[in-house]
Amino acid sequence: MDRREFLKHMGGAAVASSVILSACKNNDESPIIPKNVIDGQGEMTYRTNPNTGDKVSLLGYGMMRLPIENGADMRKDPNARVDQEMVNEEVDYALAHGVNYFDTAPVYTRGYSETSTGIALSRHPRNSYYIATKLSNFSQSTWDAEASKAMFENSLKQLQTDYIDYLLMHSIGGSNKEMTSMEMFNARFMDNGILDWLVEQKKAGRIRNLGFSFHGDPKLFDTMMQWHDEGRYHWDFVQIQLNYVDWSFGEIEGEGVNSSYLYEELHRRGIPVVIMEPLLGGGLAKQPDHIVKQMKEREPETPVARWAFRFAGTPEGILTVLSGMTYMEHLVQNVETYSPLRPITPEEDEFLMQVAELFIKLKTVPCTACNYCMPCPYGLNIPAVFGYYNESIIHGNMPTGNREAKAYWEARKRFLIGYDRNIPGLRQASHCIGCNQCTEHCPQEIDIPAEMHRIDEFVEQLKQM
Amino acid sequence: MLRKIRICLQVVMMTLVTLLLLGIGFRVHLWAGWVAKIQFLPAVLALNFGVLALLIVCALLFGRLYCSVVCPLGIMQDLFSWLGGKFKRNRFSYAKEVKWLRYGFLVVFIILLIIGFAPVTTLFAPYSAYGRIVNSLFKPLYDLLNNWLAGLDAANDRYNFSEVQIWTRSVTTFVVAIATLVILAFLAIWKGRLYCNTICPVGTTLSFFSRFSLFRVRFDKNKCKNCGMCEKNCKAQAIDFKNGTVDYSRCVVCGDCLDKCKFDALHYTAKKPATAPKPVDTERRAFLVGAAVAGTTAALAQTEMKVDGGLAVIEDKVAPKRNTLITPPGSVSARHMQRHCTACQLCVSSCPNNVLRPSTDLQHFMQPTMSFERGYCRPECTRCSEVCPAGAIKPITREEKTGIHVGHAVWIKDNCVVLTDGVSCGNCARHCPTGAIQMVEYEGPNGKVQVPAVDENKCIGCGACEHLCPARPFSAIYVEGNEMHHVN
Repeated sequence: MDRREFLKHMGGAAVASSVILSACKNNDESPIIPKNVIDGQGEMTYRTNPNTGDKVSLLGYGMMRLPIENGADMRKDPNARVDQEMVNEEVDYALAHGVNYFDTAPVYTRGYSETSTGIALSRHPRNSYYIATKLSNFSQSTWDAEASKAMFENSLKQLQTDYIDYLLMHSIGGSNKEMTSMEMFNARFMDNGILDWLVEQKKAGRIRNLGFSFHGDPKLFDTMMQWHDEGRYHWDFVQIQLNYVDWSFGEIEGEGVNSSYLYEELHRRGIPVVIMEPLLGGGLAKQPDHIVKQMKEREPETPVARWAFRFAGTPEGILTVLSGMTYMEHLVQNVETYSPLRPITPEEDEFLMQVAELFIKLKTVPCTACNYCMPCPYGLNIPAVFGYYNESIIHGNMPTGNREAKAYWEARKRFLIGYDRNIPGLRQASHCIGCNQCTEHCPQEIDIPAEMHRIDEFVEQLKQM
Repeated sequence: MLRKIRICLQVVMMTLVTLLLLGIGFRVHLWAGWVAKIQFLPAVLALNFGVLALLIVCALLFGRLYCSVVCPLGIMQDLFSWLGGKFKRNRFSYAKEVKWLRYGFLVVFIILLIIGFAPVTTLFAPYSAYGRIVNSLFKPLYDLLNNWLAGLDAANDRYNFSEVQIWTRSVTTFVVAIATLVILAFLAIWKGRLYCNTICPVGTTLSFFSRFSLFRVRFDKNKCKNCGMCEKNCKAQAIDFKNGTVDYSRCVVCGDCLDKCKFDALHYTAKKPATAPKPVDTERRAFLVGAAVAGTTAALAQTEMKVDGGLAVIEDKVAPKRNTLITPPGSVSARHMQRHCTACQLCVSSCPNNVLRPSTDLQHFMQPTMSFERGYCRPECTRCSEVCPAGAIKPITREEKTGIHVGHAVWIKDNCVVLTDGVSCGNCARHCPTGAIQMVEYEGPNGKVQVPAVDENKCIGCGACEHLCPARPFSAIYVEGNEMHHVN
């Protein structure tokens, strides 16, 4: 029994396991720990924030995908509630194992995330962790100054604190049919004077680090960098999407941006970088068999997801890598990954670039299930449709090949029954009318209606066979 | 011996009919479909002369065996009668034939059948009455079981069962089915085959032939000790032991009397009788036919969902008022449907797309009609035409279906989201299987928009547009039935 398996059996009794863990650590030479366990043998890796000197754990806790009571899925069941007991347990474990960065937002988990995070963290001394939250003034109703300020004040209240360590302007770079990314940014933060107000709050000590999270139009990113260079504003940190697929495949057909570009721009300026979507919404943890095989041939005991975390944590200047850890097992595994970080070697880097190329060829929809597009006014469950389609591709469950073969018909049956099982008929792709109201909310810039229609046509063609 | 054979056949028949009506078993309509096709009234309506000749020859040879081993409603009554016997033994007594009621009812029935007055004819069609009982009462239970199995399947990553919707297709039909079940159970326990021998049009028709049947139950006067056990156990109330007669017009050849006679005085043989039966008198009897009809629509409000960033609430669709009912492809015309359908609900329970449901319209009472709130008539499906035993929905192929215009789509401007919500849509055009809908420019109140335009010549009335229209509760495009299907 290796340590990870052992921890799984412990099921998350945080206090008990940390006691036993420390006992294990004292017995590093003990023969019960097999030699081939190469990760998790030391202390958590920390990175220093040059602005404040904060020593931030390389693993940051993303509070967007919190556990739900009775194992329900909040995206499918609107009445589901956050399993606070489990959140507490996980936060306790994280703190006990050196994780000290907790990232939430007013919109996460349908608005419960900040509250839940506040409850869990307030049980610990305020100086033992850093809180990151965001100004999520996406909706036009929150564009006026008072509404945005109220949102910030409410964050403090929900998080049961009087200062925020890391405050982000949430997801800038988006645009819609009427507005460019710059116009949208101006409407959210400039015309109402909110950015200047946030700077004031920072001076008043209510915000310790001010930055933004970025998705979308690189032109806006460049403008932000220009302002930083000009000294108009100072970005204490910036949160970007980075993973081994987006590193050089983030820009597809002229859209989007490679994470390598964003990282280089930030690193050049010495701005600390916070990483989101290191797993591409969990997509990189679920690889098709042929990719899993290659990874396992290199390191049979290394979990598939660990490659992505090691990749995201390796570049210099990365402050922390956020992971939305729903289950205790994810947390335990990620703590192990970064205790300490085993940086990706140049040879491994090359391997991951090859994997990225294979992954791109799968033609999955790059949805990370962030749910920003929801609710669809016409009732669709957008992330569920994309999720089911992607999983079918990744697990090799797509009906492909010879249509005369029995295997094809079995795959067809599985796909169609599974589709109905996972998504109720009225929330399936066939009900997408193409109104396009969702696309502007998508941080991944997916042409949602086009993808929906593509999936619907595929389903229709299967049904009519 | 006769009784045991009869019970064995009953079990087999009842099982097959019920499986067929529930749709249990792999492609059940292909291997058990014949049990519906040999039913008398559906065969009459399908003009299935082969089956009719067979049934009549059987009646001439063996008496009303049909009523014992083919008719599911008869078998069901025997079951209740048998249960009644557990509480009160030897409870029957001879009753005279109520001729005026039997023949009077048959004449009325035939007239109504010819003029196509469905509400009454379908109500008394015996096989269909059983079909409605299964469809209304047992199918939901089976569907619950199916969904439970589907849940287990899903939990174990298997793909044998898929979940189905459980819903009341017509409250009226549901009430009729319950009333039929309760009344028949009561009558069967009280007076055995009273329904079959006074009301049932099929029973009366067969009685004309069974009077002359070759094989029949005959008294051996020499052996009879006048104990009366045969009469007390005759659920058809057809044996008069004092006179040593059996009314062959009512005897359903169940064989109970043969087993009950301890003196071997009754035989089922082709031999000529020793004494001729005396004519029987009529006896007045009250017969209650009460079908409580509650004409309310099925308004099962879905549990309201809370909206706060998760999933939008989807309002249930409401069926529009159609001037002409839509009948499924293969049913030729509303008139053809009305004249041939016995409302057995086999097509309704077979419809995988939740399109067919019994009509509440008096002219087409309980006969199938189409509506698209829960699905639409998918191009690859011809299930209803395959199962119909009465020829009301004639068999069609997938290819033929693409040329059968059961109705035509009508655009309701006031409901269209393009104009009400100011969004672009085109979901109807995108899903039309025959390409009958195209989006055309239209000068709306807020400028030019793209609205659907239906090419009536291409539209087959499948309801894809109506079902997939985002406007709720009333769709902005709906199907109006064609009185007679257009074929090309």
